Amino acid sequence: MSGAKAFVKALEMQKVDVIFGIPGGAVLDICDALADSSIRTILMRHEQCAAHAADGYARASGRVGVCMATSGPGATNLVTGIATAYMDSSPIVAFTGQVPRKLIGRDAFQEADIIGITCPITKHNFQVGHASEIPTTIKKAFYIASSGRPGPVLVDVPKDVQIEFADVKIEDHEETIRRPSNHAPHPLQVKKAVELLVSAERPMIIAGGGVITSNASEELIAIAELLLAPVATTLMGKGAIPENHPLATGLLGMHGTIASNRLIQEADVVLAVGTRFSDRTTGKVDEFCQDAKIIHIDIDAAEIGKNVEADVPIVADAKEALQEIHMLLQRKMAKKENSAWTAKIRELKEQLEEKANCQGELKPPRVMAEIRRILPEDAIITTEVGQNQMWAAIYLKAYKPRTFISSGGLGTMGFGFPAALGAKVARPEVPVVDIAGDGSFIMTEQDLATSVLENIPVTVIVLNNSVLGMVAQWQRLFYGGRYVAVKLGKVPDFVKLAEAYGAQGFRPKSLEEFSSVLKKAIKSDVTTVIDVSISPEENVLPMVPPGKGLKWMIWE
Amino acid sequence: METKTSAQEYIISAIVEHRPGVLFRVSNMFRRRGFNIQSISVGPTEREELARITITVNGDEKLVEQIVKQLRKLIEVVKVSILDPKNTVIRELALIKVTAPDYRAKTDIINYAEIFKGRVVDVSHKSLTIEVTGDPDKINAFINIMKPYGIKEIARTGITALSRGEPQTR
Repeated sequence: MSGAKAFVKALEMQKVDVIFGIPGGAVLDICDALADSSIRTILMRHEQCAAHAADGYARASGRVGVCMATSGPGATNLVTGIATAYMDSSPIVAFTGQVPRKLIGRDAFQEADIIGITCPITKHNFQVGHASEIPTTIKKAFYIASSGRPGPVLVDVPKDVQIEFADVKIEDHEETIRRPSNHAPHPLQVKKAVELLVSAERPMIIAGGGVITSNASEELIAIAELLLAPVATTLMGKGAIPENHPLATGLLGMHGTIASNRLIQEADVVLAVGTRFSDRTTGKVDEFCQDAKIIHIDIDAAEIGKNVEADVPIVADAKEALQEIHMLLQRKMAKKENSAWTAKIRELKEQLEEKANCQGELKPPRVMAEIRRILPEDAIITTEVGQNQMWAAIYLKAYKPRTFISSGGLGTMGFGFPAALGAKVARPEVPVVDIAGDGSFIMTEQDLATSVLENIPVTVIVLNNSVLGMVAQWQRLFYGGRYVAVKLGKVPDFVKLAEAYGAQGFRPKSLEEFSSVLKKAIKSDVTTVIDVSISPEENVLPMVPPGKGLKWMIWE
Repeated sequence: METKTSAQEYIISAIVEHRPGVLFRVSNMFRRRGFNIQSISVGPTEREELARITITVNGDEKLVEQIVKQLRKLIEVVKVSILDPKNTVIRELALIKVTAPDYRAKTDIINYAEIFKGRVVDVSHKSLTIEVTGDPDKINAFINIMKPYGIKEIARTGITALSRGEPQTR
């Protein structure tokens, strides 16, 4: 069997159903082998989009997303997408072609040292040395990508390895990984955590992306309800608790809600689950939860104590740890009564609702609320990066895990649209909507072609202000309004742009018109771009100035 | 991560897969996270598929703990331990080329080298090259004694270390 055939067989063994990619000289043999397979190959228009689409697929489905590129520039174009997946612990496997083995190191045509380049942004990477290694390498790659703390894995396959014949039996490759996929929660630490939670007067929970990865929402909510503890989410944790739940207080951190940011300052015990305490979540870290005892659950031991010191560290899968905590808690205490703490949660939450309601017609918070009203509960929302992302994070409530997909760690503009395509491929039965800014959308808008030709209909809502909104906001608030290099000036006519690709476009002038086109869009079988004009002066509030503690939140 | 308290030297011993690119992954992790390597030495172990990397770093306990955790995340790293200096055999090899223009200087240097259990491994009309092994303090002391003669070149291996007694199984 040729290396390329073995490659495709090994992917089939991993139950891969779709690959996002762009071919090239160094992967032609794999492409040829794919012609005999039922695996769907989707031609993207940029490798960055291929990686983001695989990432969107992974986040929406909980499975491993797969992308492929040729050697050299194809491989290097994947880098932003791989780094995005790395920062957000998303399981993708990226395949790259490589020049033939005897040319490696000779600066051959379209040669790039993609192993060296992606070393710091992958969980692990492999260069296949011989066709016979292909099946085990692929098995390892999928295992590493999806086990423990998930992350991207890159497999580089030299062209001559794809061509050479080897005697490979796909079935009888034994697992060779030493690495345990997770640790059981330490009973003593669980006991300590429960003691702290039982004695807490003002307990609070921070739910991070780890809760979603390990499908631990049910356990999280059960604990919150027992303790009557407010649950704040990080950007990655959004959807871990339905945001219409009375205890859900929304986003925490730089653009956190007034409720989350105020409550966290008063909490006496904080249960942080599956979060790495990013600077965007904690604000100035020295001022974060100074008086609270912190219980930190994370599957990655290196996250514990990296940014924030934990009083009770629990290295474990979130679901397992929360199950054990819940079991012990139930034995030790009855459901807490309503108290001053719960009254405070209610009161603080209302302030945000008021803020959203008193906004004018096509102001972003109102638009977000309207989107929520129209979309079904299980619709998937992806976002670009910047103001659009933060408006969505604050004002667009997520009701289920894996329905809010955003580039948290790397903050990658251009992520949302290709991620939406990946999500739609994973979940064709639900509407997928990308909340975009004009600046972000023009970074990957070329994949409208993929969306139309491959019949992957999604809706893009562009909040169009002709500026790089978040940068403009910082220049306005923190640089005395000196705008440098943020005015996009002439952005394309997004309606015409959509039409040029065979998609449809709308430019609603009122909230009512917006609602009606959105309803049409999510039922449509063709991709729709909705261009919503907003003021370039609009700020995303609340906001904590960069480098400041959460108490310095700006509200108006 | 940097704190002012109690920076000291730590010896980290890592058993890794003995394959091309593994040292790059390890050293690249240090670079990416801004950890400074004082010295690093690598060599094969009793099992041909494994190598031992001995790294010394200056820092506090928190920093070293984070380094160890980050090392453990690397797929090709099999085992990592922090060696307790009190219970560890630590050795470094140094080659020191010293100016020795006359007989008198040569005799003195050879005498000193003997005291330090060093060996003269090369000689020329104007210089001597001495090989010294031992813990870094001993090598530093010998270098200090050689300084007045004029040191031309030094090559040090960086330390390598093993814990005393039975192999640690963890």
